[in-house]
Amino acid sequence: MTVDPLYGTLTILGLGIVTFVTHGVFLFPKRAVRIPEWLQRGLKVAPLAALAAVVVPEIVTNKGTLISTWQDARLFAVGAATLWYLWRPGVLGPLVAGLVLFLPLRLMLGW
Amino acid sequence: MRPIRSLLSDPHARRGASDMLHFAPGIGAWGIVTGVAMVKSGLSVPLAVLMSLVVYAGSAQLASLPLLAAGAPMWVVWAAATCVNLRFVIFSAQWRVFLEHLPRGRRLGLAFFAADLNLMAFQRAWPSGRREPGQIAYFVGNAATGWVVWQTTSMIGIVLGDAVPTEWGLGFAGTLAMLGLTYGLLKDRVTWTAAIVAGCAAVAAYALPLKLNIAVAIAAAVTVGLMADQAERALRRLGDAS
Repeated sequence: MTVDPLYGTLTILGLGIVTFVTHGVFLFPKRAVRIPEWLQRGLKVAPLAALAAVVVPEIVTNKGTLISTWQDARLFAVGAATLWYLWRPGVLGPLVAGLVLFLPLRLMLGW
Repeated sequence: MRPIRSLLSDPHARRGASDMLHFAPGIGAWGIVTGVAMVKSGLSVPLAVLMSLVVYAGSAQLASLPLLAAGAPMWVVWAAATCVNLRFVIFSAQWRVFLEHLPRGRRLGLAFFAADLNLMAFQRAWPSGRREPGQIAYFVGNAATGWVVWQTTSMIGIVLGDAVPTEWGLGFAGTLAMLGLTYGLLKDRVTWTAAIVAGCAAVAAYALPLKLNIAVAIAAAVTVGLMADQAERALRRLGDAS
């Protein structure tokens, strides 16, 4: 499950260009350009769409099929992270809460 | 070395650096998680180091990892990362006021190093929102400090990740970090709709080859999200009219 070096290198270099371009779009032209409205609306949903599209399959599928057991450390970790988030919104708190449940279940019970 | 020394003695650069150091614990924790997640998702140590140095965008890096691991076509990885990075496009317009007077190469070069927290710190430090002397030095001190903290902790994460056995499944830490980011973006009916559509579509289309399910899910969610947004505006307008 290791990433092919050539494919990995090229994709990562491309991602560097993505960083460069997204950070520079409105700095590139000589004169100031107004932010088009479609972009501001897209900003509301596009990042969320991409994150949810990546995250959800990582949680509920296993090698391409929907998981069929509740004995999966990931589900418990997500539950703990969600509860923590409801209590205290943030990124690191839920992450730690999730891992605290994830690691023992994975290592001791093999879930 | 002369420019570095003069920067170290510049009061604005020092203020920029110290403002960034306040965020260091948060940036550091995030850097370690990203470092571990990169290695545990199947990137070799050299690839992870390359990614940290070249991409320098935590959430886009995390979102790319499952796609890289699955060998998705490059355009799918790039498209997903662009979506996640879209906020920087808006930020670039906000930076423009302060960087506009510089030559294009310089302003693009500086902007590469402008992360979310840099904009936050900058706007807090220069509340007038106008160009003022000392701003560029502040920016350089601020961005350089953030960069050093991020790269150092990201490298620590890479080494740690490399030492931890794969069976621990620590790649999942990246997913949990993205979960928190996702929750943070859920604000109203429109954003919830987009997230649910994206999640369901990505799972339903999982059988598509080459991780195209991600591309399909993003396209579907953006379309539905924009339609929902449009509908909400129309409803509000109707409400105003009556």
